[in-house]
Amino acid sequence: MTTIEPAPVIAPQRQSRGFADGLRDALPKIVLAPSFAVILVFVYGFILWTVYLSFTTSRILPVYKWGGFDAYYRLWGQPNWYVAMQNLAIFGVLYIGICIAIGLFLAILMDQRIRAEGVLRPIFLYPMALSFVVTGTAWKWFLNPGLGLEHTMQNLGWTSFKFDWLVNPNMAIYTVVIAGVWQASGFVMAMFLAGLRGIDGEIVKAAQIDGASTVAIYRRIIIPLLRPVFLSAFIVLAHMAIKSYDLVIALTGGGPGNATELPSTFMYSYTFTRNQMNVGSASAVMMLMGITAIIVPYLYSELRERKQ
Amino acid sequence: MSFLEIKDIRKKIGSNEILKGINIELEKGGFLVLVGPSGCGKSTLLNAIAGLLPPSSGDIVIDGQVVTDLHPSKRDIAMVFQSYALYPNMTVEENIAFALEMRGVEKAQREAEVKKVAKTLQIEHLLKRRPSQLSGGQRQRVAMGRALVRQPRVFLFDEPLSNLDAKLRVEVRAEIKALHQNTHATIVYVTHDQIEAMTLATKIVVLKEGQVQQVGTPAEIYNRPANLFVADFMGSPAMNMLKGKVSGGGIALFGNDGIKVAMPPSVTANLPDGKEVILGLRPEAITDSGLVDPKVVSVAQIEADVTMVEPTGSDTFVTGRIDGASFTARTRADLHVAPGQKFAFSFNLDKAVVFDPQTTQRID
Amino acid sequence: MSAGNETVSAGQANAARYFIYAALIVLAVVYLLPLYVMLSTSLKSLDEIRGGDMLALPKAPSISAWVKAWGEACIGVSCVGIKGYFWNSIKMVIPAVLISTLLGALNGYVLTKWRFPGHKIIFGMMLFACFIPFQAVLIPMARLLGLMGLSNSTTGLVMVHVIYGLGFTTLFFRNYYEAFPDELVKAAMIDGAGFFRIFWRILLPTSGPIIVVTIIYQFTNIWNDFLFGVSFAGGEASPMTVALNNLVSSSTGVKEYNVDMAAAIFAALPTLFVYVVAGRYFVRGLMAGAVKG
Repeated sequence: MTTIEPAPVIAPQRQSRGFADGLRDALPKIVLAPSFAVILVFVYGFILWTVYLSFTTSRILPVYKWGGFDAYYRLWGQPNWYVAMQNLAIFGVLYIGICIAIGLFLAILMDQRIRAEGVLRPIFLYPMALSFVVTGTAWKWFLNPGLGLEHTMQNLGWTSFKFDWLVNPNMAIYTVVIAGVWQASGFVMAMFLAGLRGIDGEIVKAAQIDGASTVAIYRRIIIPLLRPVFLSAFIVLAHMAIKSYDLVIALTGGGPGNATELPSTFMYSYTFTRNQMNVGSASAVMMLMGITAIIVPYLYSELRERKQ
Repeated sequence: MSFLEIKDIRKKIGSNEILKGINIELEKGGFLVLVGPSGCGKSTLLNAIAGLLPPSSGDIVIDGQVVTDLHPSKRDIAMVFQSYALYPNMTVEENIAFALEMRGVEKAQREAEVKKVAKTLQIEHLLKRRPSQLSGGQRQRVAMGRALVRQPRVFLFDEPLSNLDAKLRVEVRAEIKALHQNTHATIVYVTHDQIEAMTLATKIVVLKEGQVQQVGTPAEIYNRPANLFVADFMGSPAMNMLKGKVSGGGIALFGNDGIKVAMPPSVTANLPDGKEVILGLRPEAITDSGLVDPKVVSVAQIEADVTMVEPTGSDTFVTGRIDGASFTARTRADLHVAPGQKFAFSFNLDKAVVFDPQTTQRID
Repeated sequence: MSAGNETVSAGQANAARYFIYAALIVLAVVYLLPLYVMLSTSLKSLDEIRGGDMLALPKAPSISAWVKAWGEACIGVSCVGIKGYFWNSIKMVIPAVLISTLLGALNGYVLTKWRFPGHKIIFGMMLFACFIPFQAVLIPMARLLGLMGLSNSTTGLVMVHVIYGLGFTTLFFRNYYEAFPDELVKAAMIDGAGFFRIFWRILLPTSGPIIVVTIIYQFTNIWNDFLFGVSFAGGEASPMTVALNNLVSSSTGVKEYNVDMAAAIFAALPTLFVYVVAGRYFVRGLMAGAVKG
């Protein structure tokens, strides 16, 4: 019956009569206004401010002298920025890919009517409750070349075992991937598990009656049905990858050298320690553009779908 | 003097006109049922009466007072919602008392009022429970209690039975009817169920696409539908619509001059020969000859092929077919007839209604 | 949905199940290992750490590293342990969580039950605010906090976390209230309740689950934050995460791994505690934040 009405809306009265009625009609907007104003100023206003700074000659402190695209030329002229972009590409692809692979694998295993599900699930998930700084600290110790995993394996008799990725400039970025995957893959599992539990069991029964093997059921029916979960997981992980700052700082400090520089650490060090605030702002703008390119189409489609 | 007046109510949402100038009047103590298919605007109209959705233009008048711009809480109305809308965090007692509390009624008096209503509805034993602990029928009763306790000028019901199972629906329907008879409350009731409309209303308004199709008593709506839409919408199984042509004081049916039924002159007098018409005949007006009321004036015996037989227990519906046109007849339950046979049906033409296929309106 | 395929022969099925359990157990051990190593290292003496095996159980478990981390460890130049920073975090997280949750509830209520033209755009803008890289607001915020005299203060951090948490709390409550029947609000209106009365008496009492989810989500996020802490609150006012990083990455003196690990455990305890106590809601909160819109 409500098909032609829009989402049920309790609209204010057509005409307000007197101050009290006017106040009552405006009350919801008055309540929402402070929050919206805060977002407007502190998110959108500040973004514009940052964008503006990236076009100035700001160094140690913000100055508002127009510098044109100078900061962007310098940003893209920095070998460091290329290292950061390259690292982000390596980290992003591996982090997202491995998290989704392990998460899906774990979720499928957990979905086989496992006895100890209640015990196992929290074990895979708890890293997500930890701060990146804690994760970084733990893995820094765990992967410590002198005393950590390498030492342990040698003690166990594998004397030639070497694992020095943490201090090896060519491999250090992969330790960030390992720690990151350890932290987030359990969460991806939880997402997939929720997706699997949401699939109509009758579809699977129908496929079994049609003679499909378990593998075929997963490959042809269940995994394709999980498409929305893949999308959500991708969005969340991509977003985390671009923003991730604490993990690198705690695990490698961006080093050795600049081997694990990411755009986030680049932005911070150029802005606050290297006194090139305009370049730092320019890198922040690049990060924002990257995330916007991923998030906006996603939000747009999600909000549009919900209307139906 | 009418108690509730709906004056030229229009509602536009975007470019979509949902109500296209509705005019209805209802006397005090009347039971008005708004009925129509999904999207006809009946719920929008009810929400406009309640003040939950302001109309784009037009006025709502209750007891001589224009309430169009009044807040819902100041209109002195009560509403029973389709989902019952019981506050899940409150007990039944608190649910019923909430409106009184909001109006500053004292606690002692509130309790007394709640008790009185609970007694009327026989829900006294449920007062301490929460809505989640109630069955569908009990929730329905609490929702009515919440409306009753207010003693409002007008009660509004928005499809209150649609969430109940079939058996309960009949029971609660009877209760609502009894309630109306005992309290003489003024009620506006929305439903898409034409049987509910027929059984409850003192006045039915049939709506379609935001326009009133017909206003009348249940008998008027049923026996003298104003147009093809009303004829088709009210009654189940639907009225048979038989194509015919006016021919010498009668109507030739099924595109076949061989089957001509004589019609009362009141129907055919003003119609030129050869005019195409639609003859509306309810299934109960087509029966086996044994069931024809002896008082009926014009009866036509027509033989047709039987294509389907549907026993319902109390009656048997038989689908007949002549020259590609089908009709449904309501015969007695023990009629022995099988698909494939030929059968002579009696058409009670006293009950026939004639429509103009171009305008879709009834021809008198 | 569970896919147990009954058509496979019993032997095959058994082999498959052994594989499943074996894989799950191996993976569970891998996931637990870092936690175990943290714990056991924190209970060992420095000599044992240097000479022994990371995976070995402590020979003589001692909580002296914990005591030191809490009250004596040197962070920067002051050697008073992490306890002050732990309390900084507590003082930051509690008001920030409460304020942002309350505001989010009110915003969600307005955006679902009192819609007005443009509500979609407003919500869209608040939603997008959840996802911006904070680097894009870091410099202006640092300037503003400086101008307001709130640099290096817990109050400043509370403000920052409330502001940048609003998008998420609003999203949570909006999605929850979206499913809350409009008819209840209409009924309350007819009954004579106003805007705030409907909120306090009808919606809020039924919002238990989403309040828990929001509080947990906000608590974990704010407690675990590092970027805002390190950017806006140095020195004495640092939150726990910043202090931990300073402790671990300080290069002066002897590296005390056991103290580092104990400090890391202190930093992890509050969120782990929340996770253990309300894991169900924790997961739901993460998902609510993940499956957006």
